[in-house]
Amino acid sequence: MSRPTSAPDRITTPISGGVGASPPRPDGTLKVKGEFAYSSDMWIDDMLWGATLRSPHPYARINSVDLTEALKVPGVHAVLTHDDVPGQMLFGLEHTDQPVLAVDIVRYQGEAIAVVAADHPETARRAIAKIVVDYDVLEPLTDMEEAVHSTDAPTLHPGGNVVRHLPIRRGDQEVTAPVVIRGEYEVGMQDQAFLGPESGLAVPAEDGGIDLYIATQWLHVDQKQVAACLGLPPEKVRLTLAGVGGAFGAREDLSMQVHASMLALRTGRPVKMVYSREESFFGHVHRHPAKMYYEHGATRDGKLVYVKARMFLDGGAYASSTGAVVANAATLGVGPYEVPNVSIDCWGTYTNNPPCGAMRGFGAVQAAFAYESQMDKLAAELGLDPVDVRVLNAMSEGTAMPTGQIIDSPAPVAELLRRVEAMPLPDAAPTDSYDLRQLPGGVSNTTHGEGVVRGIGYGIGIKNVCFSEGFDDFSTARVRLEIIAGEPTAMVHTAAAEVGQGLVTVQAQIARTELGVERVTIHPADTQVGSGGSTSASRQTYVTGGAVKAACEKVRGMVLDLARERLDIDGELRMEGGKIVSDRLGVLAAVADVLGDDAIDETVEWRHRPTEALDPTTGQGFAHVQYAFAVHRAVVDVDVDLGLVRVVALDCAQDVGKAINPDAVVGQIHGGSAQGLGLAVMEEIQVKGGKIRNPSFTDYLIPTILDMPPMKVDVLELADPHAPYGLRGVGEPPTISSTPAIVAAIRAATGLAIARVPVRPEDITGTA
Amino acid sequence: MRLRCKVNGEALEADDVWPGESLLYVLRERMGLPGSKNACEQGECGSCTVYLDGVPVCSCLVAAGQVEGHEVTTVEGLAEGERLDPVQQAFVEKGAVQCGFCTPGLIVATHDLLERRCQPSDPEIREALAGNLCRCTGYEKILDAVRLAADRKAAS
Ligand code: FES
Ligand code: FES
Repeated sequence: MSRPTSAPDRITTPISGGVGASPPRPDGTLKVKGEFAYSSDMWIDDMLWGATLRSPHPYARINSVDLTEALKVPGVHAVLTHDDVPGQMLFGLEHTDQPVLAVDIVRYQGEAIAVVAADHPETARRAIAKIVVDYDVLEPLTDMEEAVHSTDAPTLHPGGNVVRHLPIRRGDQEVTAPVVIRGEYEVGMQDQAFLGPESGLAVPAEDGGIDLYIATQWLHVDQKQVAACLGLPPEKVRLTLAGVGGAFGAREDLSMQVHASMLALRTGRPVKMVYSREESFFGHVHRHPAKMYYEHGATRDGKLVYVKARMFLDGGAYASSTGAVVANAATLGVGPYEVPNVSIDCWGTYTNNPPCGAMRGFGAVQAAFAYESQMDKLAAELGLDPVDVRVLNAMSEGTAMPTGQIIDSPAPVAELLRRVEAMPLPDAAPTDSYDLRQLPGGVSNTTHGEGVVRGIGYGIGIKNVCFSEGFDDFSTARVRLEIIAGEPTAMVHTAAAEVGQGLVTVQAQIARTELGVERVTIHPADTQVGSGGSTSASRQTYVTGGAVKAACEKVRGMVLDLARERLDIDGELRMEGGKIVSDRLGVLAAVADVLGDDAIDETVEWRHRPTEALDPTTGQGFAHVQYAFAVHRAVVDVDVDLGLVRVVALDCAQDVGKAINPDAVVGQIHGGSAQGLGLAVMEEIQVKGGKIRNPSFTDYLIPTILDMPPMKVDVLELADPHAPYGLRGVGEPPTISSTPAIVAAIRAATGLAIARVPVRPEDITGTA
Repeated sequence: MRLRCKVNGEALEADDVWPGESLLYVLRERMGLPGSKNACEQGECGSCTVYLDGVPVCSCLVAAGQVEGHEVTTVEGLAEGERLDPVQQAFVEKGAVQCGFCTPGLIVATHDLLERRCQPSDPEIREALAGNLCRCTGYEKILDAVRLAADRKAAS
């Protein structure tokens, strides 16, 4: 091959759509055309439909299950119970404690007992209705504090009713302070309410294995659990990610994966399962409800001396990720503040309530509602401004967490607070407005402004990013570079789940930047490549992004070696604009000329820096990889006569380290803030006696476009030196801080001491 | 029963339709048009919105039999080949799509809004789209997309 093809000054055209740009999503066009294939859209000739029989009781012994009549329904191909589970009877993320299908006992309302495959979904549902189960109904255990402390509560699992107790002890445990603020706080059970229901297609394979097309957050952890329950080697359980209609934590645990596979293996036919919205409320875990007792000690100037807290998180019938949720609630339990002396105890419990596990914010949401409410109380007690009291106590780089971990990257807590404070406020409350749409109650025509008061409140949240406590948290990326139609084209292949957040966009951006090529394709996520880890803990851009970057670097190194060899030169080279470039000599060759017909295909496993386990008696240890912060200011109008709230403005400042895709970052902040608004004023799964009373979008309300105010978003980029590109996880922090900000604003408007979310009208009118 | 109707301009037929099936089910499972989504199947989320004889409806609430002899337009029928409808184009450009499960319903609802009102105010947009739930976006970028589509439509 010849020597330099161009003069040094003939520089390449820069690649667009790299890191820091906001190219459109690669799947956006398919999605707007209705052509993107979600897990519930899967369709194959000859497929059957699955349905699930679920327990109507929160706690009962099963005496017998009679399938006779169900099997007689024409069109039914299989009816299976726990007797038909081919492998391990139990599954679970941290503890394998949940039966695939109930064995002799049900521990929550909605627990799966039997599954049916039939030629039409309605046939399957009718067959389900014909299964006769004889129960001995038992008194459910529904109080989380009783689960921990009561000696006569039933023991729901062999190890007792405590999934995890984590104490945190730091500093002087006997310390006192001149100002003492106490509070009791409650958080209701929130649902992730993704729009795409649990669904998927299981196709039996010729090798006796199964091909599963599903929506999940972590293909490989599903594969491991499904294979164990089917009694198959993992390589015979092949998963491909179907389109995911949102996740927010609710797809970390298995739902229909094993059931559909069992039915497919039994019938020898593909089986599709799609949960209805009602079933979805029973088909996934929820956010842990919490009861929290806090005591803050401070000086008369408002400087925190100590925080003591007891926190209870109701894990419901099965453990799911309760242990990790406990760790977050406890370790983040004082918030982003300097607190020299800390004593926290946090319990995650088993009860007969619906199982709870991961939801965006994961333990940090519950804690933030309590510690931010306490900060407002402290400010009120001392006559201080709520922002000033927070700034006075704000942590910063170098601060020791309650775990003893020193914050070793930027923690711009005070700056974020000041930035949000400085944002312009919305116009004053309408006093004579008859545009009902601008008033609490909206077009229900409940007020024309009378009884409406305005309030402003602030909230700040802290969240750990990536998996913690010594977990081996890695991702795998395969990158292939080859010349297609004369153009260098990179293909990125990972098993990381795109759930809507935009990971596919980010992966392509990283490949463009690292390889200097325009054309990047994203291979569908599947288990043919190593694990990508979970799409949770705000970790995918960090960890899978890190893996893609590392794989690209390896590919680049090989291309440049090849270039040195083929062009017969030494020294530093770069890949840029599809060319091989030297600082000294300028453009040397097109990548296409160097690579020719060769393809470079490399797979890299990448890990973030290691963390360590927490000491089980003191909760001390370097447990978290990274911390992220967001601040909200909420402005609300409250109709005090009817207890109706309208959030008028919800502004946010968040540090993201480096915005890999600024538009997507802002989109995450918008969406996260909306879920926090939901928890503040409307979202609660109402559970009475262990039973869900509102399993529908008619009765479980999520914010509509009328409920959401305009949001101003200020994105700060202070690089974390430990992270790829300096980035910080983005998805969760805004969900954490918006809830306490809105409640603070409601308190400011009404003067009420509100201590529970969601805030219901009766909490405001005093008729609760 | 046999069902005959016109979908996206094409005369279609479905056999063995059970009378309890919804229009949404028939579109998705019998006519190969899964673009309309099934987020609640109880009329609360708008993800299944289609035009029935030019009027937007929740197809999950329409019994299949009611469509006999009528005309349906789904999200799949809005683009002209590779050329996106301006509403679709604006949703892509403005980042109004995350998971996208709400998107088909919002596209149809927005399309209808802009047919009726070419320069809607923000409160009008919010009112018109109040029946379409989105769990991912917080709606800000959806508003951006609707405004952009409206501006482009007004300019054209
Ligand atoms: S699926 Fe029809 S309104 Fe939700
Ligand atoms: S983009 Fe996911 S529901 Fe709207």
